[in-house]
Amino acid sequence: MRLANIKADFVVYARNFLRTRSALFFTLLFPIIFLLVFGAIFSGGSTKVPLSVQNLNNGSAISLSFVSALNSTGLVTITAVPSNANIQTYINQNSIDAALVIPADFAQEVASSQNVNISFYYNPSQSSAQTAEQAVNLVIQSFNFKIANATPIIHAYVSPVSTTAVGYINYLIPGLIGFSVLTAGVFSMTNIVSSYKKEKIFRQLSLTPLTKGEWMVSKFTWNAIMAVVAIVLMISVGDLVFGAGITFNLYILPIVFFGVFGFISLGIVAGSISKNEETAAIIGNVITFPMMFLAGTFFPVSSMPMYLQEIAKFLPLYYVINGMNAIMLFGNVPGLLFNTGIVAAISLAFFFISMRVFSWKES
Amino acid sequence: MQDQDKNETLAVEAKGLFKSYGKIKAVNGIDLKIRKGEVFSLLGPNGAGKTTTVEMLEGIRTPDSGSIKILGLDPIKNVQDLRRKEGIIPQGFNFIEKITPKEAIAYYSTLFNVPNRSEELIKMTNLTNVSNVIFTDLSGGQKQKVGLCLALSNDPEILFLDEPTTGLDPQARRNIWEVIRKLKSEKRTIILTTHYLEEAEELADRVAIVDNGKIMAEGTPHEIIKEYGNGMRLNVDGEAGLLKVFRKIKGIKTKYGSGKFTVIFNSEKDIVKMVRALEKSGKKWSNLKISNETLEDVFLDLIGTKEKD
Repeated sequence: MRLANIKADFVVYARNFLRTRSALFFTLLFPIIFLLVFGAIFSGGSTKVPLSVQNLNNGSAISLSFVSALNSTGLVTITAVPSNANIQTYINQNSIDAALVIPADFAQEVASSQNVNISFYYNPSQSSAQTAEQAVNLVIQSFNFKIANATPIIHAYVSPVSTTAVGYINYLIPGLIGFSVLTAGVFSMTNIVSSYKKEKIFRQLSLTPLTKGEWMVSKFTWNAIMAVVAIVLMISVGDLVFGAGITFNLYILPIVFFGVFGFISLGIVAGSISKNEETAAIIGNVITFPMMFLAGTFFPVSSMPMYLQEIAKFLPLYYVINGMNAIMLFGNVPGLLFNTGIVAAISLAFFFISMRVFSWKES
Repeated sequence: MQDQDKNETLAVEAKGLFKSYGKIKAVNGIDLKIRKGEVFSLLGPNGAGKTTTVEMLEGIRTPDSGSIKILGLDPIKNVQDLRRKEGIIPQGFNFIEKITPKEAIAYYSTLFNVPNRSEELIKMTNLTNVSNVIFTDLSGGQKQKVGLCLALSNDPEILFLDEPTTGLDPQARRNIWEVIRKLKSEKRTIILTTHYLEEAEELADRVAIVDNGKIMAEGTPHEIIKEYGNGMRLNVDGEAGLLKVFRKIKGIKTKYGSGKFTVIFNSEKDIVKMVRALEKSGKKWSNLKISNETLEDVFLDLIGTKEKD
């Protein structure tokens, strides 16, 4: 290893990179666009979910107070369904995810303490329908208590899990840092390795005293710097645009750098084993896309079904994001160290594989 | 004593080189001795085995069998030492897209740990007005010149130029030749592969004609023509009836096709005989031309005219 060689190769690579607009776009701008889009979709807007209500007992005081109780849960936005509509047809025609029907004999049955059913229709694939169901159950329960003249004994005391409220945007920022480390590393290396192979630039480099190791160190250094730039950008945009409470934390650097190291090694492997640039691009996508959706980039892994959570545990990005979440959201140092260790081990494994399959010589 | 003397004057010594790709024998027994300071050209059609031979000399490819010494060093075992003494333009030279000639030379100078001669090299190759233009925006000839600059950045004793002018227009080709001549005058050993006869004739001290992985002929262009050529030739356009006239003259060979005669002969006296016979015949003829056989004639004779790949 000769430092001057690494430096010279770094300068050439950096110049080439900075003169390639698409590279800059995908490394820096793309994650920011994701941050803006996902941040805008999930934060700041109304958290209420829609609920359609058909009150067939319209005019009765108790049915009206039931509806107004629903309204005051703050969980739902109520839309009235005309009493002459067939509820099934109406749901289908208007693509409604959650609907409630108050029967015509509601007041009468309640007054005579008879069992009465209100029908709740919902689309199980929509999490908003589950929120609507919660609101309905909450109101039914409190009505039942009132009718039975009972008082609830057990109350939940609700408080946020972290000193700063863990809003969606705060999950999104470490997730997107992980995303940019993953995509920048994998895509840039699959692209470079496959095109240098095809364009015979590796052959050209093999005619100089530059070694493969020096070449890799220079690529790692550049990607690590880009990762830090992406982190600073993401945290700043998150703070300025969405008021996210995340600050730059030096402790995340080891896990980020191990991540960069692992993902460029993975990219080198993908670029080396593919015959041409097209295959390399496909392999790059196959590696990154499932990983970025399943490893908690856009949504916390804990919100996913159990079997997907199990799959996530096989993805290196999961540990990168988990580690950053641990320290950035919860100040959890052991959690960070644990995940850093796992990422370091995975990255070393990728590195050794890459050294086996990566060659400058033509077969 | 004699052996040592020989070693000091030889830049390349290769014995019994063989290299196959699967069933294809790319190089099928090649021996080479190239003296220091000479321009040696491997001339042959595409697929003849020139590039494989040169790549084995450069240490890019390992021969199946045979031995190679470049400046007394083994190109595989002593690759790092040799890289500092040799300059190489591989076939189809290419470089990192958005790097300028000036930056590329500076990069190579650092890698070879030698002083940066970018100004001198850029001036020599006439790249001054494009020295800050990125590689992709250069013309084919300019790109090849960048290749030359990079190959020269470590001030090499020996240069391998693998088809340095393929795909260039005549003007660009002549520009590269000019640079090669300059390098020759600096007493560098140059190994040049080409499929352009003109290029070999123009630049090379010695030529090896390569076909099917073997050397078919070797020597100065003059020696090759003398050894493998048939002497002189007379070309003339005329009607088929003239064939009889030529046939009467002894010791010459006559070929005829679509109104054109090619007569191969050895003695200058035959010229007089042929011209007299033509005059006497009273038949129409035109475009009479007498020439010595060129390297091209010999080359086509040796490798045949069929297309290979």
